[in-house]
Amino acid sequence: MKSIPAIIGAALLVTAGIVAPLLATEIPQGARRSGYSFTAPETQAIQNDDTANPGMLSVLDGASLWKDKAGALSKACADCHHDAGVSMRGVAARYPAFDQALGRPVNLEQRINLCRVRNQQATPLAYESHELLALTAFVAEQSRGVAIETGADPQLEPFITKGRDLFMHRQGQLNLGCTNCHDDNWDKHLAGSAITQGQPTGYPLYRLEWQSLGSLERRLRSCMAGVRAQPYDYGAPELVELELYLMSRARGMPIETPAVRP
Amino acid sequence: MVRSTILSGSIWIAASTVALPCAAAAQTLQNFVVIGDGIATSLTGTPGDAARGRALVVERSSTCILCHNGPFPEQRFEGDLAPNLAGTGSRWSAGQLRLRLVDASRLNASTIMPSYYRVDGLDRVGAAWRGKPILSAEQIEDIVAYLVTLRE
Ligand code: HEC
Ligand code: HEC
Repeated sequence: MKSIPAIIGAALLVTAGIVAPLLATEIPQGARRSGYSFTAPETQAIQNDDTANPGMLSVLDGASLWKDKAGALSKACADCHHDAGVSMRGVAARYPAFDQALGRPVNLEQRINLCRVRNQQATPLAYESHELLALTAFVAEQSRGVAIETGADPQLEPFITKGRDLFMHRQGQLNLGCTNCHDDNWDKHLAGSAITQGQPTGYPLYRLEWQSLGSLERRLRSCMAGVRAQPYDYGAPELVELELYLMSRARGMPIETPAVRP
Repeated sequence: MVRSTILSGSIWIAASTVALPCAAAAQTLQNFVVIGDGIATSLTGTPGDAARGRALVVERSSTCILCHNGPFPEQRFEGDLAPNLAGTGSRWSAGQLRLRLVDASRLNASTIMPSYYRVDGLDRVGAAWRGKPILSAEQIEDIVAYLVTLRE
C-alpha cells in the first residue's frame, strides 16, 4: 500500500543527496505527519492554547533563567545572546549540530550545557532537570513554526548514517526496531495507543502520562524500554545520533515546541 | 487539567516494567524438534491449561494484545498490528501454533511477532530480561491449549 509513493519519496531524497540507500518502507515526504495529528481533539486544544498548555509554564521559567547570571563569570545567557527572539530564532530547527571542538554532533541540551561550562564557567545542568528542560523549551520555542533543516552540514553525514542504522536495527527481548513501528505501522495501534511516525517536532514536550515536560531522549529511552532493551544513557552518542537521524528525517516539518502528547 | 483518555504510554511502559509470572525466570530452554512448520510435541510433555492460557493472552506482560485483537470483549485496549486471533484453532494445529509462539521468525524471517521461547540472536536485552525467554514452556503450552479452542 505504501510502496509506490515510498519509492517516489525515496527517489526524491536520493536526488537531494540526503541519505542513501533508502528502503521502500521509509515515509514519503508528502505523507509525513506530526504526532499532533494522531492525538485527540482535546489534546490538540491544549497544545493550541498557550494559556492551557502546561509546557508554556516551563517556557516562562526558561525565559527568566535566560536572564539569570550564573557560574564563576557571573554571566547570563542574555549577556551574550541578548534578545532570544532574534538570536535563537531558527536555532532548534538546526539541532543536533556539529561541534567543532568535540568533533561530533551535540543536541540542544548539550549545547546549552557547553555554553554553561565554556562561557559561564558554571556546572552543567542534569538531564531532565527542570532548569535544563525549561531553558531548552524556551530556546526551542523561539523556532516555533520554523521548518526543520537539521543535517544540512555535510560533517554530520556519517552520524546521520549511524542514527539511521540504529533506527533500523532490531533490539531488546521483543526484537523490534524503531522502523518496525514508526515506518511500517504508523497508521495502526499498539494496544490502545496510536503509533505515530515518531516525528521529533515538538520537544521538549508535555506528556499527559508523564505529568511533566520531557526531552526527546526521554521518549527514545521509553521506546527502548518498551521493546525490553537496555536504554542508552542520557547524552550517549547513540541517542544523539538517533535524534539527529529523526530530525533530518523530519526536514521541512515545522517545530512545535512545547507540544502536548497523551 | 484535562486528563488523557487514552492510556497510551502507560500501557506501553507497563508492558515493559511488569514482572513476568516467574516461571520464565532463570530457566534453561527445553529441547524441541521442529518438523515441517510445527513442533508436534508439548514443550513440557504435558498438555497446557486453556483457562490459564486465555488469562495469559489478555495480560499485558505477555504482550499478545499489544499487537493482536481477538474475542476478548472485556478488553478495552487491543492492538491492530496483527491478525485477529478469532478462529485461530480452525486455521492452525497445536503443533503449528507452538512453533509460531516459540519462534515465529522461522516461518517469516521479517515478522514483527517476537520469538517467545528464544534467548539467542537478540541485541541489548534489558538487564531484567536477559537470558530469559519471554514466556516459559508452561506458559506457551497454556496459550497453545487456549488458541486451539478458538474455532469459527
Ligand atoms: C512496538 C512499537 C514501537 C517501537 C519498536 C518503537 N516505538 Fe516509538 N512510539 C511507540 C508508541 C506507541 C509511541 C507513543 C505514541 C505517541 O507519541 O503518542 C511512540 C512514540 C515515539 C516518539 C514520540 C513522537 C511524538 O509525536 O512525540 C518518538 C520520537 C519515537 N517513538 C521514536 C522511536 C525510536 C527512535 C524507536 C527505536 C529506538 C522507537 N520509537 C521504537 C511505539 C514504538
Ligand atoms: C509485535 C507484534 C506481535 C506480538 C506482540 C504478537 N504477535 Fe502474533 N502475529 C503478529 C503478526 C504481524 C502476525 C502475522 C504473521 C506474521 O507476520 O508472522 C502474527 C501471527 C500470529 C498468529 C497466526 C494468526 C493467523 O491466524 O494467521 C497467532 C496464532 C499469533 N500471532 C499469536 C500470538 C500470541 C498468542 C502472542 C503472544 C504470546 C502474539 N501472537 C504476540 C504480531 C505479533
